Amino acid sequence: MSPRVRYVVLVAVLAIALALPFLVSNFRVFQFTQVAVYAIALLGLNMLTGYNGQISLGHGAFYALGAYTTAIMIDRWDVPYPLTIVTAGVLCLIAGFLFGIPALRLEGLYLALATFALALAIPQILKYFEHWTGGSQGIVLSKPNPPWGLPLSPDQWLYFFTLAVLLVLFVLARNLLAGRTGRAIVAIRDNPIAAQAMGVNTALYKSLTFGVSAAYTGVAGALSAIVIAFVAPDAFNVFLSITFLTGVVIGGLASISGAIFGALFIQFVPNWAQEISKAAPWAIYGIFLIGFMYAMPFGIAGAIRRVAARAALRGTAARA
Amino acid sequence: MAALLEARGLHAQYGWTKVLHGINFAVEEGGITTILGANGAGKTTTLRAVCGMVKTTGEIRFAGQPISGRPTESLVRLGIGHAPEGRGTFVNLTVEENLRLGAYVRGGGGGTVAQDLERVYGYFPVLAQRRKQTGGTLSGGEQQMLAVARALMLRPRLLLLDEPSLGLAPLVVREIFRIVRTINREERVSVLLVEQNAALALGLADHAYLMETGRVVMSGPAAELRQNEAIRRAYLGY
Amino acid sequence: MEIFFQQVVSGLATGGIYGSVALALVMIYQATDVVNYAQGEMAMFSTYLAWTLMNAGVPYWWAFFGTLVLSFVGGLVIERIVIRPVENKPILTIVIVCIGLLVILNSVAGWIYSYIQKPFPSPFPPKPIMLGTVVFGAHDLGAIGVTLVVLAFLYAFFRFTTLGLAMRAAAQNPTSSRLCGIRVGWMLAIGWGLAAMVGAVAGMMVAPIVFLDPNMMAGILIYAFASATLGGFTSPGGAVLGGLIVGVIENLVGTYVSFIGTELKLTVALAVILIVLVFKPSGLFGRAAVHRV
Repeated sequence: MSPRVRYVVLVAVLAIALALPFLVSNFRVFQFTQVAVYAIALLGLNMLTGYNGQISLGHGAFYALGAYTTAIMIDRWDVPYPLTIVTAGVLCLIAGFLFGIPALRLEGLYLALATFALALAIPQILKYFEHWTGGSQGIVLSKPNPPWGLPLSPDQWLYFFTLAVLLVLFVLARNLLAGRTGRAIVAIRDNPIAAQAMGVNTALYKSLTFGVSAAYTGVAGALSAIVIAFVAPDAFNVFLSITFLTGVVIGGLASISGAIFGALFIQFVPNWAQEISKAAPWAIYGIFLIGFMYAMPFGIAGAIRRVAARAALRGTAARA
Repeated sequence: MAALLEARGLHAQYGWTKVLHGINFAVEEGGITTILGANGAGKTTTLRAVCGMVKTTGEIRFAGQPISGRPTESLVRLGIGHAPEGRGTFVNLTVEENLRLGAYVRGGGGGTVAQDLERVYGYFPVLAQRRKQTGGTLSGGEQQMLAVARALMLRPRLLLLDEPSLGLAPLVVREIFRIVRTINREERVSVLLVEQNAALALGLADHAYLMETGRVVMSGPAAELRQNEAIRRAYLGY
Repeated sequence: MEIFFQQVVSGLATGGIYGSVALALVMIYQATDVVNYAQGEMAMFSTYLAWTLMNAGVPYWWAFFGTLVLSFVGGLVIERIVIRPVENKPILTIVIVCIGLLVILNSVAGWIYSYIQKPFPSPFPPKPIMLGTVVFGAHDLGAIGVTLVVLAFLYAFFRFTTLGLAMRAAAQNPTSSRLCGIRVGWMLAIGWGLAAMVGAVAGMMVAPIVFLDPNMMAGILIYAFASATLGGFTSPGGAVLGGLIVGVIENLVGTYVSFIGTELKLTVALAVILIVLVFKPSGLFGRAAVHRV
């Protein structure tokens, strides 16, 4: 896609996103805020799995870590929520980096298994430390009001807040991935030995990528705690991690826009499935999953890329 | 008589990249034809095209029947045996299992397969010695013999050999080529041989083609090409 | 001491079930590099089919073998129709399709049969068997027996038949297999069929113990992962042995370590996975992946 077209599309999307809260009901605004939150989480996972080739079936753990960090800080110590988000991000950055170190020895299937085991353990761990986490009951928070007396409903304010965080993080990610670091990360995915032979510190980059990926997902978790105003262990089960992976693949691996497509899918398709069939909604969801993979095996972003590439080819052929 | 294998206007591509640009060649029944050329000339792709392993347009006929577009498995059943680039050994199966797989399409009772095994062990005694060893433990030369032997288990009408000399000691290569000549003479197996080692190939073949970057640039009886000034300079080194 | 033997035998019985599912996983993984996350749900669905047959009055062993046949066909059909369109696509794409399959099977089973637990008959008599002074459940011993028979059959099939050899070849080296005239796609389909059959056996052996419901196999699938990890994803025999070991460990830990109640039993499986991955990712019998540069 030519830079001009891309620019126009971006501006149009941004305009729609900014106008949205004033056009739809509060509940829809809440849903779209969730989409934004998921998009941040998916971008995190995509960095690790799509760009760096490390499969994680356990990112729900970092989401939970971020969510509970925020919840505990607000509930116990009344910390202003923006600060909790930063804290969650830093905490997850460190946790992800530390997890990334032993993960260096694991490839493909084995890394998937290890992260899968981690994801399975999370609800149990959360329930075990009930003194901090409130056990199965969870922690209830209150939705923050818009600051500075802005004429917005709390849902609308949270939407804009989340959107702002999303934009910052997306721009950061884009700069990271488009530069030398991004190329190193992708090189490690495609041919780790060659990358190492060219002087890329594979171990360091892989662990760092894990850390950054965890940080993004942790921030998303923190945001979700604030937006939903509630955290409980069973919301962070292994199914959440699987949903994240699904979102990343459907949206498109190694793609920043893919995070948004994926987030839209995992937020809305389960609801549509329920509307289509009350009796077996997950069967419909499964059919959607399989159908999407047949039609767009490289994800939605991948499909768009192909259409654009084919159009470009035809353009050059016509000009030739 | 009509050639056993004939290709006309054969194009082939990997994804968006075109590798063969409309080549023509033929293998006579009972003959040995060789395709020469440097790295990247498209020789291996040509063999893959015959076997249905790569996307092609154009015409390929085997025993008069058009075969382009048919899947590899069905072409094997027509009697095309292929000892591929890289040898394609089943590294975790024994030598004997590798050979039995070569005879897979022939079904038939254990009887005929056992006979063929003996025949093939006769050509390659070293394989008989190693019949219970796993394929991956064989040396390069032995694996090349295994590849040829496996193709022979098919009782093919046409044998495709992809750079059999690659990475092998000269003595081993000469032995393999001697066996190929024997098989061609005694069992009337036609051979299409792809080789970088022009001297060896021209010594064995009846007919030769020279390929450069996906096109046939010269063809004729092997004896002629061997005398040809340009070929001698570029490919035979004198 | 008697309790010890009982728990070991009981552990071997459940371990055989874990090992069977693990075997199914490894069979498909070896051929395709994909872990079939839907394996458990396929087994569950097969067990429901058996239940339907038995409910319609079919005697147990007829229903049992009928289900095996139906499961084989079902697995084959699933591979040809559901998996084939994405056969050559990236692994994660195939994984999502498997997850889709998982979700569909679970949902449809719940829809047709409801989520209420149903009892499932065991072909073995309810009265316990005495060996010396130790008392064993007949179903436990029977399940071990059935598992062994199935495994022996599979082993013989792969080792001694031409079709089994062709399937092994197709799993290891599809390109060379095609050059031998092997229809690799169909070999894969048969592999799925056999895996489904093995899963069905596991389902029918476990259902009498845990009762039949759509979520029956979820926990077992996790144990199967632990078993395959322990034994090695590249070793079918290892997967089965891994299952037996995991089954025994689970039972012994549950009996002798007091704070591991049924709640935390799953933690045993997770601990196994993590410990193996830390010390020897390729498992006890698996081959470490060797990469040519």
